[in-house]
Amino acid sequence: MVESVKLLEMYRQMLTIRFFEEKVFELYGQNLVPGTIHLYAGEEAVAVGVCANLRKDDYITSTHRGHGHCIAKGARLDKTMAEILGRKTGYCKGKGGSMHIADFSIGMLGATAVVGAGIPIAAGAGLSIKLRGTDQVVACFFGEGASNQGTFHEGINLAAVWSLPVVFVCENNLYAMGTRQSRVMAIENIADRAVAYGIPGVVVDGNDVLAVYEAAQVAVERARRGQGSTLIECKTYRQKGHSRFDPALYRPKEEVKTWMKKDPIMRLQTRLMEMGVVTEAEVQNMVQEVRRSVDEATKFALESPFPEPDEALDDVYSTIEGAVTK
Amino acid sequence: MREITIRDALREALREEMQRDKTVFLLGEDIGRYWGGAFGVTKGLAEEFGDERVRDTPISESAIIGVGVGAAITGMRPVAEIMFGDLSALAMDQICNQAAKIRYMFGGQAIVPLVVRTPFGAGVNIASHHSQSLEAWFMHTPGLYVAVPSTPFDAKGLLKTAIRGSNPVFFIEHKLLYPLKGMTPEEDYAVPLGVADIKREGSDVSVVATLYMVHKALTAAEQLNREGISVEVVDPRTLVPLDKKAIIKSVKKTGRLVVVSEDSKTAGVSAEIAATVAEEALDYLDAPIKRVAEPDTPIPFSPTLEKFVIPDEKSIIKAVKETISKT
Repeated sequence: MVESVKLLEMYRQMLTIRFFEEKVFELYGQNLVPGTIHLYAGEEAVAVGVCANLRKDDYITSTHRGHGHCIAKGARLDKTMAEILGRKTGYCKGKGGSMHIADFSIGMLGATAVVGAGIPIAAGAGLSIKLRGTDQVVACFFGEGASNQGTFHEGINLAAVWSLPVVFVCENNLYAMGTRQSRVMAIENIADRAVAYGIPGVVVDGNDVLAVYEAAQVAVERARRGQGSTLIECKTYRQKGHSRFDPALYRPKEEVKTWMKKDPIMRLQTRLMEMGVVTEAEVQNMVQEVRRSVDEATKFALESPFPEPDEALDDVYSTIEGAVTK
Repeated sequence: MREITIRDALREALREEMQRDKTVFLLGEDIGRYWGGAFGVTKGLAEEFGDERVRDTPISESAIIGVGVGAAITGMRPVAEIMFGDLSALAMDQICNQAAKIRYMFGGQAIVPLVVRTPFGAGVNIASHHSQSLEAWFMHTPGLYVAVPSTPFDAKGLLKTAIRGSNPVFFIEHKLLYPLKGMTPEEDYAVPLGVADIKREGSDVSVVATLYMVHKALTAAEQLNREGISVEVVDPRTLVPLDKKAIIKSVKKTGRLVVVSEDSKTAGVSAEIAATVAEEALDYLDAPIKRVAEPDTPIPFSPTLEKFVIPDEKSIIKAVKETISKT
């Protein structure tokens, strides 16, 4: 049984991601977010349930829909928001934006916007762990669309044959942009593909944070013991469209309704209240607290300067040459 | 100093760096104990360092480089081998979108000390998928360094620098040069990136050439010397960073420039070097710049066809003479 402290922490993190994404959406509406956004709202249970099993020195790789992964791994809200707004104080000094946030100090190895590209990179981090002889673990997030890329096959096959400590987490939100899974795959469960690599494949309700947590716990412990990789498929749903211009008209209204009823945050909240872990008043307090932290991060980001134009020329190459680790 | 082949020089660099730094490891297809690399560069290294540090991989170029990237950003110094340069196309996303951009798009948080070794070049009748010279693809990707050694000395020294550095290096070897011998130090040394080498001094015409073309240019220079034309052969040794200063200095001395490169002419190595000189040293030129490069075709199979497309000594001599007649 998961301790109530842990449950509350997961609830707080999910709330944080939700309110953060709502704020990003609001700022976008005010024309304060350059470029595009891919919101994680509705999928919070996946990142939170997985990352709740990770240590600070464990790694994750992320995707274009990555804000939730960052927050769940422990990234700072202010530097994340500042990056999304293109500010100098952002995690990547305004070079990456919404689709490329990284925080190497907490093992967040960065988000790649090329679908599926993070999979072999996660395997490489796993190989690095194995060669260095530590007991770290990598969690690799990607969507069901990425499972049709060659990198999925190449990366998982290598992780499997070398028995690397990587947990592959497929966030199956049913749609790759506007393309429904059934139109491009003859299978229902991505986890079935694990058989092809000789690793365990597990399907979980990705809107049930406890189910995700428990499946990830087994996979993370297995990886830490040196027993290799696992593929976890989390069935979930994005509550917004693919990106900022997408009204998601390709999704049947009934389907959207059904999934909205399965909102992962409401489900956990109801459960916590039924279990007597929190009262309505405590929930309200936490909501206020989290909103405040998101507001503070937003204030920091909005008050931060944009980078100087010629900073575009910095960081193409590292100037540390001959940095040698013995 | 003793005379060894480029193949041996490369192997020495790998061996010495693996002995010096335990974070250095190799991965690639058939590089291990059963084959030692398609061109024999890694022969014996698996026996010496074990299969964990000399890793045979599946035929998965994208994963070979992707795994290299993931290992490089988490404290290791991988050296990945792509069996033929043409196959780097299978790993383009990992090389050009991931390895090259990770440092920049994450605001300088990471270093990516990854070396990708691969052979380029035509001349052994293995046709369009095993013969190309694709330097320009990688020169055109900010974030990568591109090394093009033409001698055992340069090969060993540049590979050591590449492995010790903190940036991704696309390290090009020419498949015809592996058996080429040259004087190479036994003691530790390194060749810096971005420093050209004058392979032959001369005063009438500057010939800038890379890889196998350096040797063709040297043969052509010898022949031209007998006819009273003094050719300076400049070998940039790395295309990124490019030692513009050395090239311009040579052009200022000779007033004439011929660029020789084995890649196809359009938007290629020779185009970049010619443009650089046109932009920064036009006033010093006494004649139009000449380029000797492959025509814009895939590499054909049949010996007569292949020979026709690869730049040779004759075409270099012709180009040099043209720059002189134009004055």
